[in-house]
Amino acid sequence: MKPGNITILIVDDDKDYLFQLQTKVHNFGFKTITAESQKEAEEILEKTKPDLAILDLMMENEDSGFILCYKMKKKYPDVPIIIATGVAAETGITFDINDENNRKWIKADRFLDKGIRSECLKEEIDNLLLKNNS
Amino acid sequence: MSTLKILVVDDEPGIRSGISRILRNFRVDYPFMDEAFEFDVIEASTGEAGIEIIESNQPDILLLDNKLPGIQGIEVLEYIKKKQKSIIVVMITSYASLELAVKATSDGAYDFIPKPFTPQELKSSIENITKRVFLKKMTNKLQDSGKQIRFTFLSVLSHELKAPLNAIEGYLKMIKERQNGPKLEDYDVMIDRSLDRIKGMRSLILDLLDLTRVESGKAKRNITDVDLVMVARTAMDTMRPYAIQRDVTMNLHHQGTIIIKADAEEMEIIFNNLISNAIKYNKDGGTVDCTLQLNEGCMEINVVDSGIGMTPVETDKIFDDFVRIKNEKTKNITGSGLGLSIVKKLIDNYAGKIEVTSIPDQGSTFNVRLPIDKPCL
Repeated sequence: MKPGNITILIVDDDKDYLFQLQTKVHNFGFKTITAESQKEAEEILEKTKPDLAILDLMMENEDSGFILCYKMKKKYPDVPIIIATGVAAETGITFDINDENNRKWIKADRFLDKGIRSECLKEEIDNLLLKNNS
Repeated sequence: MSTLKILVVDDEPGIRSGISRILRNFRVDYPFMDEAFEFDVIEASTGEAGIEIIESNQPDILLLDNKLPGIQGIEVLEYIKKKQKSIIVVMITSYASLELAVKATSDGAYDFIPKPFTPQELKSSIENITKRVFLKKMTNKLQDSGKQIRFTFLSVLSHELKAPLNAIEGYLKMIKERQNGPKLEDYDVMIDRSLDRIKGMRSLILDLLDLTRVESGKAKRNITDVDLVMVARTAMDTMRPYAIQRDVTMNLHHQGTIIIKADAEEMEIIFNNLISNAIKYNKDGGTVDCTLQLNEGCMEINVVDSGIGMTPVETDKIFDDFVRIKNEKTKNITGSGLGLSIVKKLIDNYAGKIEVTSIPDQGSTFNVRLPIDKPCL
């Protein structure tokens, strides 16, 4: 599939971060859809199946990203999901994402730091898409 | 049911078996404790054997004779002190020696039981100790949960402080890489957004300072006669530019002057937060009505807005730290999520009450009641 035919869903409640990430992903050559909340994302997912999703962790609730990830994997098990978080320290609130048991039910394909460099993000996205198509 | 381990160190077998027998079916149970306690008695005939058991078995309570064949009871006590064991020690002494009592107490003995003792004397001493153990456990638990709350607060705080930094950094990088081409005006939106985020961060820091002041205590409090009408009016004047921008009309209702004993700065924080919220979460062209009245020994403040309102689920949590109601209607409103939690903490310090009633799309009413003529807690 050509990048131009690939749609990436980006969900983040910080509209500045959302805009910046959207610009980056757009510059990689992908199409983007954005949502500013778990609820908005769920509405989009009713009608649209993206090729990949990048989700923020803390939105309406501190675990919105996990819930969204869980629901998305139920509906579209084959769509890869990246959860973008701040540093590891702030994940101790309700979940520890490094905990094996949590990872099992959260089922995200990647956990990435929000400060990740563009090239690395591109590589991660490409890898996930490639794995999915092979 | 919990079991406390009691170690008896005494060289007289009769005393050891006597204590075991007395405590075997003994239970301590108070209405205020959520559990009853039973006892498990372990015996040792020398101080040396006692120390071994202390190391291997971690007893909660130690009944200790002083006169022992090898090392003396007082030396066992010193050992416990040196190793900082949390064992409650009761000395069993056959003759009351003041010198020993002083030494034992300074080394951390909790109680004395004179030999010979009746079963009742032993039981009542154990009962007291059990209460103490229970309270100690409770205190530890509370301190742990305090630490947990602190940790959560700091994690959320670091998230709240980092989010604007990340956003500003992201924009600066985009500008540096000239992502929108060479013309400066093509970056205006990014620059404006960065400035907005800096503003938000500054107000978070100011709110944090307020919060620190509220939480660090009352030492700096200055209780005087405060004219609440003045405070309310000043708060409204401060917010007026913002209200004009949103075409929100503010009204103040009161009869005569209203003076209460309070800290003026704290009253300002309360009014500033309630009134700025009433404007922020209003609709363009809306109203804010602030009413002050004395009512049954209470100073009653009502701040009523005609704004976006909240659902019951939302009103339930708005007084917690860092809670911001996030929905379609609030997505362009900035705030630290600390304002109302600060207000609530302040009002709690005055033994007052704050309540909110709200209807989505019609508005919210914040009702504050402060006891008058009563100095603060």
